[in-house]
Amino acid sequence: MEAELVSRLSSDLVWIRPELLLAGFALSATLVGAWLGNRVTGLLSGLCALALVVAAFFAWQMRPAEPHLVFNGTLSIDGFSAYAKTVIALAAAATLLLGTDHFARRNEQRFEFPILIALSAVGMFVMVSANDLITLYVGLELQSLAAYVLAAFRRDDARSSEAGLKYFVLGALASGLLLYGSSLIYGFTGSVSFDIIAASASEGGLGVIFGLVFLICGLAFKMSAAPFHMWTPDVYEGAPTPITAFFAAAPKLAAVALLARVLYGPFAGLEDQWRQVIMALAGLSLLIGAFIALAQTNIKRLMAYSSIHNMGFALMALAAGTEKGASAALIYMTIYLPTTIGAFAGILAMRRDGKDVETIEDLSGLASRKPWLAMLLTVIFFSVAGIPPLAGFFGKLVTFQAALDAGLWPLAVIAALATVISAAYYLNIIKVMWVNPPAPAFQSSGPTIAMTAGFATLLIFPVLVVGFGWVEQAAMLAASSSFP
Amino acid sequence: MNGIPILSLMTFLPAAGALLILAARWSSSGQHSGHDTGVKWIAFIVTLATLALNLVALTQFDASQPGFQLVERVAWGAGLEYHMGVDQMAMALILLTNFLMPLCILASWNIEKQVSAYMMLFLALHTLMQGVFGAMDIVLFYVFFEAGLIPMFILIGVWGGKNRVYAAFKFFLYTLIGSVLMLVALIFMAIMAKSTSIPDITAFAQQGGFSKNLQIWLWLAFFASFAVKMPMWPVHTWLPDAHVEAPTAASVILAAVLLKMGGYGFLRFSLPMFPDASAYFTPLVFVMSVIAIIYASLVAFRQTDIKKLIAYSSVAHMGFVTMGVFSGTEQGVQGAIFQMLSHGIISGALFLIVGVIYDRMHTREIAAYGGLVHRMPVYAAIFLLFTMGNVGLPGTSGFVGEILTMVGTFPVNAWVTAGAATGVILSAVYALTLYRKVAFGKLENPALATITDLNAREWAMFVPLVVGTLVLGFAPMIALDFTKASTQAILAGYDVFAGR
Repeated sequence: MEAELVSRLSSDLVWIRPELLLAGFALSATLVGAWLGNRVTGLLSGLCALALVVAAFFAWQMRPAEPHLVFNGTLSIDGFSAYAKTVIALAAAATLLLGTDHFARRNEQRFEFPILIALSAVGMFVMVSANDLITLYVGLELQSLAAYVLAAFRRDDARSSEAGLKYFVLGALASGLLLYGSSLIYGFTGSVSFDIIAASASEGGLGVIFGLVFLICGLAFKMSAAPFHMWTPDVYEGAPTPITAFFAAAPKLAAVALLARVLYGPFAGLEDQWRQVIMALAGLSLLIGAFIALAQTNIKRLMAYSSIHNMGFALMALAAGTEKGASAALIYMTIYLPTTIGAFAGILAMRRDGKDVETIEDLSGLASRKPWLAMLLTVIFFSVAGIPPLAGFFGKLVTFQAALDAGLWPLAVIAALATVISAAYYLNIIKVMWVNPPAPAFQSSGPTIAMTAGFATLLIFPVLVVGFGWVEQAAMLAASSSFP
Repeated sequence: MNGIPILSLMTFLPAAGALLILAARWSSSGQHSGHDTGVKWIAFIVTLATLALNLVALTQFDASQPGFQLVERVAWGAGLEYHMGVDQMAMALILLTNFLMPLCILASWNIEKQVSAYMMLFLALHTLMQGVFGAMDIVLFYVFFEAGLIPMFILIGVWGGKNRVYAAFKFFLYTLIGSVLMLVALIFMAIMAKSTSIPDITAFAQQGGFSKNLQIWLWLAFFASFAVKMPMWPVHTWLPDAHVEAPTAASVILAAVLLKMGGYGFLRFSLPMFPDASAYFTPLVFVMSVIAIIYASLVAFRQTDIKKLIAYSSVAHMGFVTMGVFSGTEQGVQGAIFQMLSHGIISGALFLIVGVIYDRMHTREIAAYGGLVHRMPVYAAIFLLFTMGNVGLPGTSGFVGEILTMVGTFPVNAWVTAGAATGVILSAVYALTLYRKVAFGKLENPALATITDLNAREWAMFVPLVVGTLVLGFAPMIALDFTKASTQAILAGYDVFAGR
């Protein structure tokens, strides 16, 4: 009996090697850091990036053809989670390197930084694999708690502390909503396991739907979809820029993947009910993200609204409720991540007289001061605007395909018009860089920033464009193997 | 099918040239003297080589055979394909593009600001324009169609005139809003037809795949895009702004090639894919065309800026194209295609003509000129020839396009034809007035006293255009015979389903 339990446990442990690796790193790095202090930050960051890349490799390499349940069905290891984990780990590694470089230049190294990123990544891994409501909550909270601390990372800075506090209080509220929803679902279906909920959700009646709406609200907060987006601009602005870059990238994909998992797994039978909610969230996010961004002067706030707008596209794909919708959301986020990381690399390069500057006007005349950086940023912003032949267009294309395939043409038309509005502010940034009279030059940025921006641009064009078929196939396979 | 993908080669040769310039810029940091001149020569040689490739492709092309030729097809993923091929109409427009591009590079020889970036954008634009006409996959078409906005936005925004930012934004957003609606429609069509290939969707549509009601919505979405691009009244207002502020060569490309994408789109998509809706909306298009012809001509007459005047005359001339396209007769459609080619040459030449005096005087105000014929006789002669082409004098290519579209439209709607015919008179009014004010009269402005006639580079620019407009004017059958097969193919589908 005991032997059987041990053997089952140890065979299950093999399936979570990415999580184990990162958690093991985080725990041992805490010891090393406590012992040796901030001197080892650089080393730990390097190791953490390495661990993330290895974790990505593990996750990708062991994706099974059929969903494999471990730990009594609390975690599902499947193609979908493997795909999401791979992209999450790589995005986290990129933002980690950006951040390390940034903090080193400002002499603000703290060894907690890589550890928190690693813990947050573990949380995201658990989220995208969650197969019951408790695991979902645990993963989400692990990710969020690490994020709250990261937001307040520059603890001597009032804005950073405010960002952390605001994020924490509002995040706690969202967690409360989510837990309340979970408890309703548990009450009306009798289980927290996704498999059992899937079987009984459609008989659960109004109670389950009520719970589901609360659950969606909680998740919408985490992915900063309107109307639960209020925290986003303040946190984006207040948090140190590399932390913002981290928030804007990996956790967004994790939240989208988690929402897909919840909607397409246990609540697949309630599609007609949740579709309206998701459509409303998508439409609002698209419009609010597009309109309010027009008035922003701070580029980090602008990126916040831009991310809200982009979440609208991912939600539109999910609203389709088809396999195609899930894969379109994955593709969209896969293309969105390098774009946003590249944009933040550009923002990190905005340093003048030893200070970070962050208004759009500070980019004035960048094309004549730093033509290469301006060129990379131009490609990146045209890509977020969704102009072909850049990768961003193909992301939008698949979400449109998914939505129209499911007959959601009114939402598609809203999305199309919102794209034009959002193009106006991306164009404005490009205009400022190319047309305005040059502002004083930025300090030369480290090689990490140039390399990240360059690498992101290469991904946007031409790697992801030429290899679009490959990405699409991988995402399709991920979705079809996990949501039968 | 032969082994060499010549269509792709000529489409992507300019892009390769742009990469070469990028590499040169990277290795030399743009510092050493003569770098800029080298870049200009690279661009010029690349565009000439593209034209040469185009001529080679022409030898492998059978003008009498309907349907797409030189087809290349490679799977891309997500149901998309890299699918290229040309019919006669597309080939003619690609040839026009490749004919004009070397001239545009010559016209840009005086650019001094960020030369590498300018030439790279131009070459990228060259690739994209060929791609639009060569794409046989509906998504690939959209990619090329829309991607052209990026280089145009930066070209106008950076190298344009005083009010360039406003013009660049207006151009970009106007065009984008039309295009995204088309994107939604074309994804919808691809889903219904289960294919993204243009011939497949056309076949699907002609078997009655789209109901009339659906056709109307799809037609409107495509119309939103093509009408803006064309541009048709009342969504033409971006054009004068964009033209006035754009650098000379960008104006040429805008007028000569980018506007043709609208007409091409009507003929490639609207007519064959939505025949019922096209027949249904024909009166609307006719009315909009006639208003465009008369209204734009009257507005052109009142302009004080030479470029703006020519821009409005473009709107008027495009009115003939839309009228001819939707007449649905063979003369009308042949005339529309011919008018597109002819307008490409004539309006391109007129913008170059403005560019010549702008380079010398740095003003486009009509009032600043007068009496140029005394100092610049050769220039004045060429200007006169293209003014006559713009008016539609027999012997120039302008005449053939206008008369054919009117002949084609007359049996369908005589009133519309009568309205359009007054446009011919009005075009004489504004074009001759412009010529009188600029070229004739006394040389009053003292600054003009030292103005010089055409130099060798400008000669090289104008000679091909003069030859082009006269050849097409005296021997229009060269072009008309060439495009006949594709016109008949387009109309074969349209006639049956428009109930004629």
